[in-house]
Amino acid sequence: MGNFQLKINQFVEIVMHQGGMNQILEGLKNTVIIAVSGLIIGIIIGILIATVRVVPKYKLLPRILNGFCTFYVSLFRGTPMVVQLLVFYYVLLPIIGVKLTGVQVSILVFGLNSGAYISEMMRAGIQSVDPGQMEAGRAVGLSFATTMRMIVIPQAIKNILPTLGNEFIQLIKETSVVSFVGASDLYVAFNYIGSNSYEFMVPYLAMAIIYIVLVLLITLGIRIMEKQLRKSDKRN
Amino acid sequence: MLDVIDLKKNFDDQTVLDGINIHINKGDIVVVTGPSGSGKSTFLRCLNCMEDPDGGQIIFNGVDIADMKVDINVHRRHMGMVFQHFNLFNNKTVLQNISLAPIYVRTKDKNDKTPKKEIIAEENVKALELLERIGLQDKAGMYPVTLSGGQKQRVAIVRALAMNPDMILFDEPTSALDPEMVGEVLDLMKELAKEGMTMVIVTHEMGFAKEVANRVIFIDEGIIKEDAPPKEFFENPKDPRLKEFLSKVLM
Repeated sequence: MGNFQLKINQFVEIVMHQGGMNQILEGLKNTVIIAVSGLIIGIIIGILIATVRVVPKYKLLPRILNGFCTFYVSLFRGTPMVVQLLVFYYVLLPIIGVKLTGVQVSILVFGLNSGAYISEMMRAGIQSVDPGQMEAGRAVGLSFATTMRMIVIPQAIKNILPTLGNEFIQLIKETSVVSFVGASDLYVAFNYIGSNSYEFMVPYLAMAIIYIVLVLLITLGIRIMEKQLRKSDKRN
Repeated sequence: MLDVIDLKKNFDDQTVLDGINIHINKGDIVVVTGPSGSGKSTFLRCLNCMEDPDGGQIIFNGVDIADMKVDINVHRRHMGMVFQHFNLFNNKTVLQNISLAPIYVRTKDKNDKTPKKEIIAEENVKALELLERIGLQDKAGMYPVTLSGGQKQRVAIVRALAMNPDMILFDEPTSALDPEMVGEVLDLMKELAKEGMTMVIVTHEMGFAKEVANRVIFIDEGIIKEDAPPKEFFENPKDPRLKEFLSKVLM
């Protein structure tokens, strides 16, 4: 164990005195920013797609939109996140001539990717809401979109909150691949520390612990939110 | 007030309504009866285009609302609906259930210059008055899940009233209730009838039909087979299918 003690000392030395801390904080910041922004974009896209999916399809426009959404979802669910990142960063964005940083591309791709997954969760959530809720909204003269927004989607989100939490955890973990497009996340930070000391055991252990703590915190947060949202289900 | 002309509705290749014609006057209390599967609920749901009719016209206050080009939402605000399973908004409090639609409609109305805060305050006061009317003011801040079936249905009725509708449609309003709660809902409906509200009611409550309705109609095989005042309807039915139906339901 003496050896291990030495490694820890080395690690602490780099973190405290050789800029390791800044690297870790920067990485943590980017990891959280990418995951949170990705989730928010994903929820917005997911709600829009799910709404298109459940809209009555008498008219041409909803049918075209529906076809497009099906294509989009199968595209993003059918390819790995790393591939999507690489294609966006090295193929699509250069072609259309847009210059984005690694973090920005990551946010974009994480948002588009989680949008595809969340749309399916959201559709299940919307379909789990009693159709009578929509009818009641329509009967008092609210439009389909308004009833969706005020009545159905809030109940759908409540129903799928646990799965949405899983998606967020998934996103946090998936950020470990954003270094492929040059974004510095937690992995980059600890890899830097490891490379500086030629010693990877402690840095990677610390990285794992940080990921676990992050996920546990999120789990706790979701549980609290669920409790809040369940108020309307409880008899007092 | 409401003219239904040759209303038709199919589900897939099955004809449910096969040319319904009826004229409903202001203040009419129309009870709709018929054997199960006769299309009486479908008829009611076609009146506010909850089901889109496949043919015919529904002239409500001079406008054919069966025409897909009209903005149905505007017309539905003048035609309340009460459902068998209440369908209160589960994510809204009892008070919000009542005031939500009036607040929304007024804030979107360009002719209504009242500031949003005042609209909300006014409509909440109105909603609270409606709750007082049915004795549920102490439930205002609670969620629908805490209410009994009878309380839910009475809230659903005043939710329809909050829009100041010209008429209210009732789709088997007491069928999902425990027997001891049927009375409180029917009493509220009787009150509305006395106040002159135009009502179309699909129900199996024959006692209510006799006492409150001024017209009872019998729908069978997708058409109206009998349309008569309750006394004549129950004591002197003409249609043979109605006679058979009455002999089964009036034991």
